[in-house]
Amino acid sequence: MSDIITVALAGNPNVGKSTIFNALTGMKQHTGNWTGKTVDSALGYFKTETHRYRLVDLPGTYSLIPHSAEEKIARDYIYNEKPEAVIVVCDATCLERNLNLVLQTKKIARRVIVCVNLLDEAKKKGISVDLDLLAHRLGVRVVGVVARQNKTIKNLLFALDEAVENDELTTQSNDFLNYELQEELAISTVKTAEKIFNGVVTYKNKNYQNHDRKIDKILTSRAFGYPLMLLLLCIIFWITISGANYPSDLLFSAFSWVEIKLSEFLNLIHLPTVIHNALVFGIFRTVSFVVSVMLPPMAIFFPLFTLLEDLGYLPRVAYNLDKPFKKCNACGKQALTMCMGFGCNAVGVTGCRIIDSPRERLLAILTNTFVPCNGRFPTIIAIITMFLAVGGGVLSSVSATLILTLVIVFGILMTFLATKLLSATVLKGVPSNFILEMPPYRKPEFLKVIIRSVLDRTVYVLGRALITAVPAGLVIFIMSNVNISDKALLLHCADFLDPFAQLMGLDGVILLGFILGFPANEIVVPIIIMAYTGAGIISGDMNLQNVQELFVSNGWDITTAISMLIFSLCHWPCATTVLTIKKETASFKWTALAVFLPTALGIIICMLFNLLIKLLH
Amino acid sequence: MKYLYDLKIGEKCRVDKILIYDSLRRRLIDLGLTPDTLVECVGQSPLGDPKAFLIKGAVIALRYEVCKSIRVTEVLA
Ligand SMILES: Nc1nc2c(ncn2[C@@H]2O[C@H](COP(=O)(O)OP(=O)(O)OP(=O)(O)O)[C@@H](O)[C@H]2O)c(=O)[nH]1
Ligand SMILES: [Mg+2]
Repeated sequence: MSDIITVALAGNPNVGKSTIFNALTGMKQHTGNWTGKTVDSALGYFKTETHRYRLVDLPGTYSLIPHSAEEKIARDYIYNEKPEAVIVVCDATCLERNLNLVLQTKKIARRVIVCVNLLDEAKKKGISVDLDLLAHRLGVRVVGVVARQNKTIKNLLFALDEAVENDELTTQSNDFLNYELQEELAISTVKTAEKIFNGVVTYKNKNYQNHDRKIDKILTSRAFGYPLMLLLLCIIFWITISGANYPSDLLFSAFSWVEIKLSEFLNLIHLPTVIHNALVFGIFRTVSFVVSVMLPPMAIFFPLFTLLEDLGYLPRVAYNLDKPFKKCNACGKQALTMCMGFGCNAVGVTGCRIIDSPRERLLAILTNTFVPCNGRFPTIIAIITMFLAVGGGVLSSVSATLILTLVIVFGILMTFLATKLLSATVLKGVPSNFILEMPPYRKPEFLKVIIRSVLDRTVYVLGRALITAVPAGLVIFIMSNVNISDKALLLHCADFLDPFAQLMGLDGVILLGFILGFPANEIVVPIIIMAYTGAGIISGDMNLQNVQELFVSNGWDITTAISMLIFSLCHWPCATTVLTIKKETASFKWTALAVFLPTALGIIICMLFNLLIKLLH
Repeated sequence: MKYLYDLKIGEKCRVDKILIYDSLRRRLIDLGLTPDTLVECVGQSPLGDPKAFLIKGAVIALRYEVCKSIRVTEVLA
């Protein structure tokens, strides 16, 4: 076999590049039905019978004269790295616009292969594409595929092998670099695309879009647009909360059982008590709490969310929320980055690259933390279940759902407030523009999505539990067992923080939990538990009911729980997110502000809330 | 003078001229908004802005500021 051949996947946003990338390399790049899912290029390898390939998945781009940061990546890659071949992926249902990029790529790439994807969707809509005619007119190889069906990918491999062996290198042109020529060039490219397109595609039914327009009419209507967003949120939360209950209990009991066995075993091998306690009460209990509380809700929430994403609903959310964001001098795409924040704020912050204007991008970065991430979301659910949900059975999950929705809406309002604050002060400016493609609704591959994202989340949560909860558990165990003048170090710290924390309706231990939870929000509650129990030993089994009793005996009431919820939403971003913000903004000043702003807002709101409660009493 | 913004839902028109001269202009051209292109207004968001347009087979949402700077001709119902 010869050397590794580098090939790039380019194309308009949302045409299935990452899906093809995954099919070829067997990797698991995230895909989703909206523009800008991939913002950074990914690298993978695959081989055919005759060649070995290195494949680069580029972010989607409308043109090689880029307009946003993530588009620039694609252009720079093709210009500078000069891959042996560029596969331009096209959407069969929107071919004319896609041809634009094919024509531009042809000018600068060494070899071009056009890959017409989404032929299944085209067929459903009665659109047929004459691939041979297209190949003839373009003068490059054209293959048709359905990225979701692996067997159709074979055509692409054949074409690739043949192309790298036979095709001449196209002459490269520098027209693009000449700014004067750009507009003329762009217009003439569009015209050429139109000419090539005519006759290549035939429509059985000119009104193939009517179905989508009808759905849009409801989902973005004046009367139902916002209520439906709330309702969908409620439904997802309700399924999450009621579905997570039982597995969570199950995990707690499974961990308790393992804990007993582990403890017996450690005693059997005569480990010193200190080490035994550190392992069992420090590390094991932290891990078991994190996994039992975090895993079930996340393994339910994410598949549901991914289904909505694959369906194509997220761009509609951005569309609906653009006007409110515009009122804050920001961009509707911030709604998309907020949605990504649910998974992880660091991912949300990176995702802000889809926002073109640097000022609006900063607004989105600095406010992303008001959306509870994977590490905080389940904690919030746990607090609600323990202290705020009323009634039993279905009633309790319904009330928990309503409260959770309220909390999330509060977070969204905080996002608007903070955005408004920033754009009125340090990030002044007029709103620039909002151009968003609203993709056709696509039927998600239900089973595959569910299995994939359950596995994904499980690995993610477990991975984080191991890398964060293990060291954290140990450190906190040590802090709660090292005594200075007859009092644990942990309690010294908590006592020091207490007066201030009381003003916020919390106590020193809770605030300390948030501070020590800086590396990862998952460990906030385990820290609080360990601090309350002193030596880190909770009476009885570790489960939510016992945790609740423990908290109540340490003075928690509904006000404490609400203050805790507020501060969970509004405090500094976790360490990973802070590092990502530093990377994305390349500025200490903005990073510091990203830490300061939510913290200050959280402290102020908690204090006001508690003042109000005191006045009412 | 008619502008893209004047289009009611369901109406079609042809693009005449883009009166925007910053980097946005290029993006609009790349999306297919060149002179003579047929564009249809297909919807508006709950608060009336942005509006959605069918351009070369794709639905694109544009804000008021952008639509009012795109001159159009031949409005057809
Ligand atoms: N029905 C169908 N859906 C597809 C096909 N290929 C991709 N999709 C779906 O289309 C959506 C977009 O796919 P991605 O692979 O994320 O697209 P992308 O080109 O990487 O998008 P960006 O990263 O945003 O540029 C996903 O929801 C895919 O599941 C296909 O051949 N048929
Ligand atoms: Mg992608």
